[in-house]
Amino acid sequence: MNRRQWLRAAVRYSAATAVLLSPLRVLANIRQAFDATSVDDALKGVIGDKPVQESDLIKFKIPDIAENGAVVPVSVSTQIDGVSAISIVIENNPNPLTTRFEISPAVVADVSTRVKMGQTSVVRVYVETPNTIFTTAKEVKVTIGGCGG
Amino acid sequence: MAAQIKIRGKIKDGVAEVKSLMPHPMETGTRRNAEGNIVPAHYIQTVTCFKNDEQVIQAHWGPAVSKNPFFAFKVNNAASGDTIRIDWVDNTGETSSGELVLK
Amino acid sequence: MQHLARIAIAACTLIWMPFLYADPASDRTALRDFYAKRFPDIPLSAHKDGAYALNAGAREQWLELEDFPPYEIEVDEGAELFTTAFADGTDFSACFRDARVRQDFPRFDAEQATVVTLEMAVNACLHDHGEAPWDYGSAEMNALTAYIAFKSRGQIVDLPTPQTAAEMDAYNAGKRFYQSRRGQLNFACSNCHVQIVGNQLRAETLSASIGHVTHWPTYRFKWQELGGLHLRFQECNSQVGAEPFQLQSEVYRNLEYFLTFMSNGMQWNGPTTRK
Repeated sequence: MNRRQWLRAAVRYSAATAVLLSPLRVLANIRQAFDATSVDDALKGVIGDKPVQESDLIKFKIPDIAENGAVVPVSVSTQIDGVSAISIVIENNPNPLTTRFEISPAVVADVSTRVKMGQTSVVRVYVETPNTIFTTAKEVKVTIGGCGG
Repeated sequence: MAAQIKIRGKIKDGVAEVKSLMPHPMETGTRRNAEGNIVPAHYIQTVTCFKNDEQVIQAHWGPAVSKNPFFAFKVNNAASGDTIRIDWVDNTGETSSGELVLK
Repeated sequence: MQHLARIAIAACTLIWMPFLYADPASDRTALRDFYAKRFPDIPLSAHKDGAYALNAGAREQWLELEDFPPYEIEVDEGAELFTTAFADGTDFSACFRDARVRQDFPRFDAEQATVVTLEMAVNACLHDHGEAPWDYGSAEMNALTAYIAFKSRGQIVDLPTPQTAAEMDAYNAGKRFYQSRRGQLNFACSNCHVQIVGNQLRAETLSASIGHVTHWPTYRFKWQELGGLHLRFQECNSQVGAEPFQLQSEVYRNLEYFLTFMSNGMQWNGPTTRK
């Protein structure tokens, strides 16, 4: 085998390996992101290399003052095209990454859930599309912390 | 025995608005019980939603999702007779599943 | 000067009027009139929602959570308990028909010469059918009473007016408790829920007493589970630094009797969520 053939084979082999390994690597990254205690580390699993852009096209519904930090209703919806994932980061929580919804085109970019907030915090959402991550945030005041006790 | 996932859904203009309530303690692993001992982390990590046999959502959760999680989503091109299925797996490996046939 | 004095007297009388009269019907009218004047834009029936009738932001969150409320899981458990056979083969339907019985409690039982609450009736039912009673604060008690409350939604509070000497004793004991200062903070129920009702105390909006009994058991987010009315009485007492009484003690049952009569005409709307 000459050098060119060898290189071609090597590239094919590593490409195949990369494709094979990447879903597992992404999954491991996701759990790591959830375990992260800093916002920056949490975002590594959410943003990767994509540029982040503030957007006013995200309808982010969360109360200004949470009745109780244990159950804060939150909903995120957007008309932005090609959304593949929606993530919620509660910046002052012990583990800021709270949820990550990976959605197929079969689903409307509209999810709702209820989250725990330990204290007053900025809550930020990241809406992922092929080339850009759109974001918006709100500050939610919490008078009774929601993590128990 | 874990209680069933409760699912409600209605079709509006071809979009199924699905709401679910999943019994689960969602313990963060930082809370102490009455005796002063740490209650171990016990929370749903992955939620997968299907429309018939098609996976439409994969959600990854941390322990900061509220106890007895509520999760609502909307599925396009829904028709009467479609089955919405929701599966979850928690950090201990426990699983559960719920289904709703849309009317 | 005379004009001012008249206003001052009228104002004081307005505040204390609920408690000048000894007959329950007049007490109730006076209390309702007080709340109607204090909150002219809020229909009296709306006070079944407590602080959520007084705070729009909180109300919005509450309604969102009530859309698919966490207590539904416990209500389902209650439904199962209701039809689980007792030792003698019967189940709770032998005592509570189709479970739409919230309106029947509390009531004064002449034979037992005491106020009988729903929780007491649940244990009486268990006892009569060969089963051990449940702890008043237990998950089973909360689940079953939640199921009964849920099935009874829409019923109207309709406690017969206390009339006999024994009924009046219980009513007056409850009313006296309601007005008596207690604890380190030296607060009476009426201080918060009448005199400064609608204002905030420690960032909490104080709600009207009418409607208070109508929505139990309640899923408090603070508790992350259902709890009964008497548990809330205990919490309130503790919060003012007073020694709480036992769940279903005579003291709390008399208070419940008084408060229920004050809520006559309002809707039974349990279970519900609260902060």
